[in-house]
Amino acid sequence: MNRLAVNLPGLSLKNPIMPASGCFGFGKEYAQLYDLSKLGAIMIKATTLETRLGNPTPRVAETSSGMLNAIGLQNPGLEKVISNELKWLEQFEVPIIANVAGTLTEDYVEVAKHISKSKNVHALELNISCPNVKCGGITFGTDPIVAAELTAAVKAVSQVPVYVKLSPNVTDIGEIARAVEAAGADGITMINTLVGMRLDTRTGKPVIANGTGGLSGPAIKPVALRMVYEVAKQVSIPIIGMGGIATVDDVIDFMSAGASAVAVGTANFVDPFVCPTIIEQLPEKLDWLGLNHVTELIGRSHL
Amino acid sequence: MIRQERMRVVKIKEIAHNIFEMILSGQLVHDMKSPGQFVHIRVSDSYEPLLRRPISIASIDRDKSEFTIIYRAEGRGTTLLSLKSIGQEVDVLGPLGNGFPVHEAIAGETVLLVGGGIGVPPLYELSKKLVEKGVKPIHILGFQTKEVVFYEEEFLELGETHIVTVDGTSGHQGFVTTVLADLKPDFTTYFTCGPTAMLVAMENMFPDKKGFLSFEERMGCGLGACFACVCRTTEQTAVDYVKVCSDGPVFPAGVVQI
Repeated sequence: MNRLAVNLPGLSLKNPIMPASGCFGFGKEYAQLYDLSKLGAIMIKATTLETRLGNPTPRVAETSSGMLNAIGLQNPGLEKVISNELKWLEQFEVPIIANVAGTLTEDYVEVAKHISKSKNVHALELNISCPNVKCGGITFGTDPIVAAELTAAVKAVSQVPVYVKLSPNVTDIGEIARAVEAAGADGITMINTLVGMRLDTRTGKPVIANGTGGLSGPAIKPVALRMVYEVAKQVSIPIIGMGGIATVDDVIDFMSAGASAVAVGTANFVDPFVCPTIIEQLPEKLDWLGLNHVTELIGRSHL
Repeated sequence: MIRQERMRVVKIKEIAHNIFEMILSGQLVHDMKSPGQFVHIRVSDSYEPLLRRPISIASIDRDKSEFTIIYRAEGRGTTLLSLKSIGQEVDVLGPLGNGFPVHEAIAGETVLLVGGGIGVPPLYELSKKLVEKGVKPIHILGFQTKEVVFYEEEFLELGETHIVTVDGTSGHQGFVTTVLADLKPDFTTYFTCGPTAMLVAMENMFPDKKGFLSFEERMGCGLGACFACVCRTTEQTAVDYVKVCSDGPVFPAGVVQI
């Protein structure tokens, strides 16, 4: 028996650990360091219809126990992602979750339609929460009606289950979660980054060229954990939790709050081996908790 | 191969005002390929500060499995790094990036090595490698002021060396370009690392020469995955952008839009 296996819509995960979108590129860099087949899944970098060159630099700034980023969805575009990146990833035995982004509903639909046909793409992650682009992204994720409409439109064309990535930059995240569930979402991934800012103390000007950026890293874990806990009570579709996860204990916390699997983001930059390390440590942690299977963790905090 | 290793501090010394020289020991040294590569250092085992610090390799001693970094203790990270003591371990990821192409210089040729401030360190290992193969280096090293000048003697041992300070307290007064304008050196190739303004000045001064520039940009992962250190390229290149960490940090003159 694989004590770490988790089954979710479209995803048969050998373990519940996956790198988060935007923090792992398309896997090539980390494949120099370890076998990507060890991972439960890979959430690839957001893909848009057209090639995007992203925002001006500086694009990142360190903050207390965290970092801000405003990359701006830089990616080679749908066609190249399918023919180069996804093709290359086929050598690994790992399901891919394709993060889909765009400016207009039609863009999301077009990307979803084509990328979901790739044989290693087992699920989509609808990016309605990127805070660093002027159009699209977060504008879809802050209004429950708009979020639901987009979810339904993408669901209608996708060949694989659709997960919706929620933004924490809302008053009531539960409302958005319920709306996308009602619109047919197969799962929820949460949370994206929190909009933040850092100023250069000397000049008084923002450090990041974009002005604001998305805050990630251990600093946001309490916020993310609270939101997963809240949403888990309100929806019956599974949640892939993320937000500041850096250790095996963080994984236990998120699953206890109601996540069925987790994604590791910023921690990959700090320790590039963090995902395989956590996977290796999980069984021992289950022993320590007196649990047989990782799924026994899911939603413990609600019992 | 890129490794993550806990390396031991063998030596740490303040060699100029707030400028530290640290020697680290470990197996990672044997994977270092070219001068100008860098390492990504985690200065603390906690989340404060969170990100690694990219620091260039100043000198490599394969026989002893040691390498040297020289850095300015300025921000939170480098200040913490300057407080390490001999025997302590430091989490090092590397070697990263592509360094200076030593093979571009041929024995008997004269080449120009131009460094500015904390951009000077990678030129030291480069100069050693060039001298080893019979290339004659001329070093032009610019600093703000006398108290931050370092490695003057080390560079002198390898060849002709000109120090220049902005306030004139050591060597010539002015910028590296001031010295170059006076000196009018005869050379085949230039190698440079320093502030962007200096890189721009070098490209403008020697538009017809073969040159290699080492860039600096804020980094996240250091591996090429996060797209933080992306630079636009000039129209002469086939790609729209390059990543300083994994495509660079060294690029031929004319590639990066500066």
